[in-house]
Amino acid sequence: MEHLSSLVSEARAVIEAANDMQSLDDVRVRYLGKKGEITALLKGLGKLPAEERPAAGEAINQAKQQLTAELETRRSKLEDEALNARLAAERIDVTLPGRGEMPGGLHPVTNTLSRIENFFTHIGYDVAEGPEVEDDYHNFEALNIPAHHPARAMHDTFYFDARHLLRTHTSPVQIRTMEKGNPPIRIVCPGRVYRCDSDLTHSPMFHQVEGLFVDENVSFADLKGTIEEFLKAFFERDELDVRFRPSYFPFTEPSAEVDIQCVMCSGEGCRVCSHTGWLEVMGCGMVHPEVFRYVGIDPERYSGFAFGMGGERLAMLRYGVNDLRLFFDNDLRFLRQFQ
Amino acid sequence: MKVSEQWLRQWVSLDMDAQGIADQITMAGLEVDAVEAVAETFSGVVVAHVKSVSRHPDADKLNVCQVDDGSGESVQVVCGAPNVAEGQKIAFARVGAVLPGDFKIKKAKLRGVESRGMVCSSSELGLEEERSEGILVLADDAPVGEDFRHWLSLDDHTIDVDLTPNRGDCLSVQGLARELGVLNRLPVEALHIDDVAELNTDTFPVSINAPEACPRYVARVVRDVDVTAATPMWMSERLRRSGIRSIDVVVDITNYVMLELGQPMHAFDLETLQGSIEVRMAREGEQLTLLNDQSIALRDDTLVIADDRGPLAIAGVMGGEHSGVNASTRHILFESAFFAPLAIAGKARSYGLHTDSSHRFERGVDSELQRKAIERATQLLLPIAGGAPGPLVEVASPDHLPSQRHVTLRAGQVARVLGVALKGEEITDILTRLGMEIAAQGNDVWDIIVPSWRFDISLEADLIEELARVYGYNRLPVRYPSARLAPRAIQESQHPLAHLRRQLVARGYQEAITYSFVSPELQMALTPQAVSPTLANPISSDMSVMRSSLWPGLVKTLMHNLNRQQNRVRIFETGQVFQGELPELSQRAKIGGLLCGERDAEGWSGRREKVDFFDLKGDVEGLLALGGELDAWRFEPAEHPALHPGQSAQILYGSTPVGCIGALHPAVRAKLGIKPDVFVFEIDLETARQGRLPAFSSLSRYPEVRRDLALAVRQDLSVQTLMDTIRAQAGEWLTDLRLFDVYQGKGVEEGHKSFALGLTWQHPSRTLNDEEINQLIDNIVDGVKTRYNATLRG
Repeated sequence: MEHLSSLVSEARAVIEAANDMQSLDDVRVRYLGKKGEITALLKGLGKLPAEERPAAGEAINQAKQQLTAELETRRSKLEDEALNARLAAERIDVTLPGRGEMPGGLHPVTNTLSRIENFFTHIGYDVAEGPEVEDDYHNFEALNIPAHHPARAMHDTFYFDARHLLRTHTSPVQIRTMEKGNPPIRIVCPGRVYRCDSDLTHSPMFHQVEGLFVDENVSFADLKGTIEEFLKAFFERDELDVRFRPSYFPFTEPSAEVDIQCVMCSGEGCRVCSHTGWLEVMGCGMVHPEVFRYVGIDPERYSGFAFGMGGERLAMLRYGVNDLRLFFDNDLRFLRQFQ
Repeated sequence: MKVSEQWLRQWVSLDMDAQGIADQITMAGLEVDAVEAVAETFSGVVVAHVKSVSRHPDADKLNVCQVDDGSGESVQVVCGAPNVAEGQKIAFARVGAVLPGDFKIKKAKLRGVESRGMVCSSSELGLEEERSEGILVLADDAPVGEDFRHWLSLDDHTIDVDLTPNRGDCLSVQGLARELGVLNRLPVEALHIDDVAELNTDTFPVSINAPEACPRYVARVVRDVDVTAATPMWMSERLRRSGIRSIDVVVDITNYVMLELGQPMHAFDLETLQGSIEVRMAREGEQLTLLNDQSIALRDDTLVIADDRGPLAIAGVMGGEHSGVNASTRHILFESAFFAPLAIAGKARSYGLHTDSSHRFERGVDSELQRKAIERATQLLLPIAGGAPGPLVEVASPDHLPSQRHVTLRAGQVARVLGVALKGEEITDILTRLGMEIAAQGNDVWDIIVPSWRFDISLEADLIEELARVYGYNRLPVRYPSARLAPRAIQESQHPLAHLRRQLVARGYQEAITYSFVSPELQMALTPQAVSPTLANPISSDMSVMRSSLWPGLVKTLMHNLNRQQNRVRIFETGQVFQGELPELSQRAKIGGLLCGERDAEGWSGRREKVDFFDLKGDVEGLLALGGELDAWRFEPAEHPALHPGQSAQILYGSTPVGCIGALHPAVRAKLGIKPDVFVFEIDLETARQGRLPAFSSLSRYPEVRRDLALAVRQDLSVQTLMDTIRAQAGEWLTDLRLFDVYQGKGVEEGHKSFALGLTWQHPSRTLNDEEINQLIDNIVDGVKTRYNATLRG
């Protein structure tokens, strides 16, 4: 049995020396495989005298178990090392940017119009739209602006011919809605409008959102409440001074311009508000009885208010844009700022 | 309307400063644009008398003057102005004076002669913007020694009021003063105008041939007027503060009366008039040379003042050059007329004119003002320029003059519109302050007579607005509207535009908003087949035709960005496009996009590949798939004049063409100077928003069977055609047909390509067996072999 113990110590040395799974498996085959050296010893037991067999068998089995355990230990160690090596090899720089397309963005004017629409649709208004090439009747006459009315000079109008023009406001959508439907009417009309005027503060195309609320017993007080809350919501300010200044629009009476405390300087006075502390942000008023007559709504039974505001103006104030023309250049470096 | 603060104060005693006045009338609806000092800051300037002038001994262009500045001592000053003369009254800056621009006057020697002060010009005092020719010469009665600022009331402000078109009544000092009186409960000093004593009986005959356009015409002859008399400084200063240049004494007086009372006037040179004055409509083509030297051919819709020879003036707009007052005029005819707003409205503009007169007549003038104005003008004229006035000649047509307006006001209506029940006394008080006469008052009802100057008021609503305005908008209550909240259906199969936009944004597109009018050249390059309306009055020719497609705007945006080194461009826009001619114009909303540059944003992992047709098509399919019925959409090869003939398709929904996609034609790009490949699409927006309502079908518990086919076909066969045929023959249990490879090259015959297709079947209630699948495959292979000569590859 000296042979056995030298065999075991030899095997142990070989196991210890095995550096990968393949050589470790070779060791297992060499000693414990079907033709392995330990297996051969077991097979040779029969040649031993009967009385020696139990002791020799036990010794061989013990050696076998010992080597099996050592093999297992070594295997597990090699596996751990292999895994660790793989993990080390697979290490990445997780600070590299992710792969794939980054989102683009909506135009800031679209964003602004959507926010305005949402405010009103959430309190029960519908969105109404209409044609941009309009006729004189819907853009002017039905709004109580007859031909040669001086108020037409307030609208520098793009014409196609004597009867057709680019709408100067989205008010014709109000007319078309009132012509088709009966009160109660609650709509907002967002869209493109056009004025034949182009300089630092005027764009020949811009966007308006107008609103119309017609029902029984609608008053100027309702208008004031709606506008005040809307402006606070739009600028996300709990406290925002809002004032109503008498003005004139042929299609509303009483009419008002709405000023808010300058959102840039909080009313202290700055370049944006021309040092007045106030910003003119929208126009509004009670629907003129003549307009109701044009669309066939009884002004003795119904009353209503209408309001209108400029999308670009509000977007400029909201996002601090200082040049109107940027909205229509569509420079990607500008647009990306609103993603 | 610009007006001097001090002039207003002469009419109404206001206890507030200029800014206070501006704030108050702004909040009453008369918006003030600006409040500006009428003169720049200066001090130490007095009225002085030039006692003598002698030539400077050593300078040709300089004079040495001895000046009496009221100090008791004669002051020597060297003056370079050519117009300085002995006996003049002048504005004199003493040593120590500080002129505008912080210019300090010191003792000086000019070419060896001592000079103690300076004789000032208008521009040196900041009274004129342009550099004056010579010194300012004052009226002979200017008080020597008096502080010049004080003498001319230069501590004054110009208040610039931007009046809304309904408030023509405030286009005068009188009108603004009246408004301030109402707001402050103050009396307004009515101007005292006596009828002028007639010194002769001279008249000039007047007749009105268009009484509806001119219901009243008042005229007066004034003989022997000295037109060369200087306009007094106080008057020219008031004109200046209102932005009106001094011309001559007669014109200045007519302008002054217009500013003061609101009545535009005119003065004719009597000796140029022939026969009689007739107010009539022009005859088509009649010629008139206007005071601004413009010669025009009149239209027959234009009211004119004419004499026997022809038109003298466009009524209410501008006088003619020939009959106007000039330096040699001796006798004049004053005109003060009431023209109906509708007769004047739009006329000035139609001749390219806009005058102070037309501005007022278009908005309305008080129809009771004409006699008063002409009396006032005469009253002003006589002491300044002398003259012998004749009697007033008035021709009027009472039937055509505005009649007295009665308006009924109901307290209930006030409460309904304003949301607050004003007290009866309060209503009466406000109306009375506004000059309304209460003809009768019943139970919460008023019968109001509107004063002649408030021609904007004819309805109950007008009175309610006046009540609200004077009461104060900001004192009116605030309330939230209440409404019946009736739920309404929202169509589930149609998704909102916002979702489409969001989808493109998620795929990296940036939304653009471009002008709806584009350059005809660009439009012609991109949609040569389209017809769309042209603006009659565009801002510029490159913004003159309505877009018939979103592509011109998108391409212009691309070019803008390429020029700024932004080379990877993915943009989209939604909006109306215009096709056809008026009045049969189609205006439909579209959604369109443009793709250019590299497929991936520059980064560490991307491949540097340029986008191609299929990048854009994938994005479009992603958009259309939102509706849940991508199968309803088809892309079919179709040519488009602006697109690459081999890379363009029509987009169909069912069998209806609703859009287009493709690569810009290389020739189009070359013409526009665009180097990289550009891909564009456009789809009808309403259709793109269509979708289906999802419908459940039960999930099969039986296994799927998948078979793959590789078919070689001719190069020009579209995969869609092939797949349509396969689908038709694959039986009803086919659940998926997928193209997973397209191959050309080794192993495939020249001029052919190979499609690898995966077919999946599944039966809802049993396991499909091999035989039936094999049978289907055989049918498919036979079918495509017969129809397209497709061969199965091994």
